[in-house]
Amino acid sequence: MLSLDIVLERGTARSGVFRRHVSIVDSARVIALSGHSGAGKTSVLHAIAGLLTPREGRIEVDGRCLFDRAQGIDLPPHQRHVGYVFQDTRLFPHLDVRRNLRYGRRTNDQTGFAFDDVVALLGIGGLLKRRTAHLSGGEAQRVALGRALLSQPRILLLDEPLSSLDHARREELIPYLQRVRDETALPIVYVSHSVDEVMRLTAAVHALD
Amino acid sequence: MPAFTPAELTAIALSLKVATVAALASLPFGIAMGWLLARRRFFGKALLDALVHLPLVLPPVVVGYALLVLLGNNGVIGGFLMQHFGIGVAFRWTGAALASAVMGFPLMVRTIRLSIESADRRLEQAAATLGATPWRVFRSVTLPLAWPGIVAGAVLAFAKALGEFGATITFVSSIPGETQTISSAIYGLLQVPGGDAGIWRLALVAVAISLLALLASEWLVRRQRDGEPR
Repeated sequence: MLSLDIVLERGTARSGVFRRHVSIVDSARVIALSGHSGAGKTSVLHAIAGLLTPREGRIEVDGRCLFDRAQGIDLPPHQRHVGYVFQDTRLFPHLDVRRNLRYGRRTNDQTGFAFDDVVALLGIGGLLKRRTAHLSGGEAQRVALGRALLSQPRILLLDEPLSSLDHARREELIPYLQRVRDETALPIVYVSHSVDEVMRLTAAVHALD
Repeated sequence: MPAFTPAELTAIALSLKVATVAALASLPFGIAMGWLLARRRFFGKALLDALVHLPLVLPPVVVGYALLVLLGNNGVIGGFLMQHFGIGVAFRWTGAALASAVMGFPLMVRTIRLSIESADRRLEQAAATLGATPWRVFRSVTLPLAWPGIVAGAVLAFAKALGEFGATITFVSSIPGETQTISSAIYGLLQVPGGDAGIWRLALVAVAISLLALLASEWLVRRQRDGEPR
């Protein structure tokens, strides 16, 4: 359940301030945001993750308030428990795959995803000792997805996970995304410019324009 | 060329000790300052930046005199430390390390700042979303990514400390065995007749050590620029 009602601002007084009001209230567990590039899809994910501060508004995930301008609530990113899979994966180049996956472990959290389960779910067991620079696009996305899951998030944010892949690789990754959708109970916000793509994961599509 | 005299060997050893301590002791401050200038926006940043760079453009003798006024045994801070804790750096080798650390600080901060600026902020954001506190992000992402530049900054500060003369001799004089470094030993030899052979020997040692340090620093910076992981 995502409840989000925010005003985003971009630009400076000199270049002209660009304001956008985004309102999404949806009880579906998997929500997709679609819209042309530049419609502010990534900005919405950044706002949920706390990497960008909305001008106004409120963000709530499953009844947990992450941001509320009026009440002065603005949790820092590391306290939001958000699993963010970035479009450019952002794997740590100085760590191997295993240490990337383990980066977000929370020591006081015994429940949730186990390392071996996530590795099996995403089929990345053979990659654990590899350096991230030597992964293919699809492999890197799966490792990024695993890393996000293992941080024991309460919501998963996926930003165009397929956009950097060619057609064959896309068809390869989609079943993994469907498995994450079906085998976990995580709320998911999926961002894509392609409506066809998001329809394969959810019917709850919100268009941003 | 005849072998080194004991006095020359003492000066070389002291120089290495002073430069090593100067580089290592100022490194935490250099990292903190480099990070502050690379990553933070605050009131007075331009002024702080200028202050850090001051030793680069001031006459070294002015820096030495400022240290004497502040940290000399009768100085504003030095007098207090001497009186209450019995700690003094004036005319001690620690004072020489301090003076050369101050002189090398701008070079160190410049190099470290550049390497922290080139550490990818998007990776720091990713670490934060994975639950890492700002301090953990710094330790586990920023620092490892900037590491070659940080080492290069320390090496530069070491090389600079090795060659420091003006501030050091003003602050701690040139006492053989305590504060007489290669530079001040050369200057001393210039004052006496027949010191040429010693000057040549010490000068060659200075050139050799500085060249090695600079080559090491260049190599480390290039390694980082090529994105070669550690």
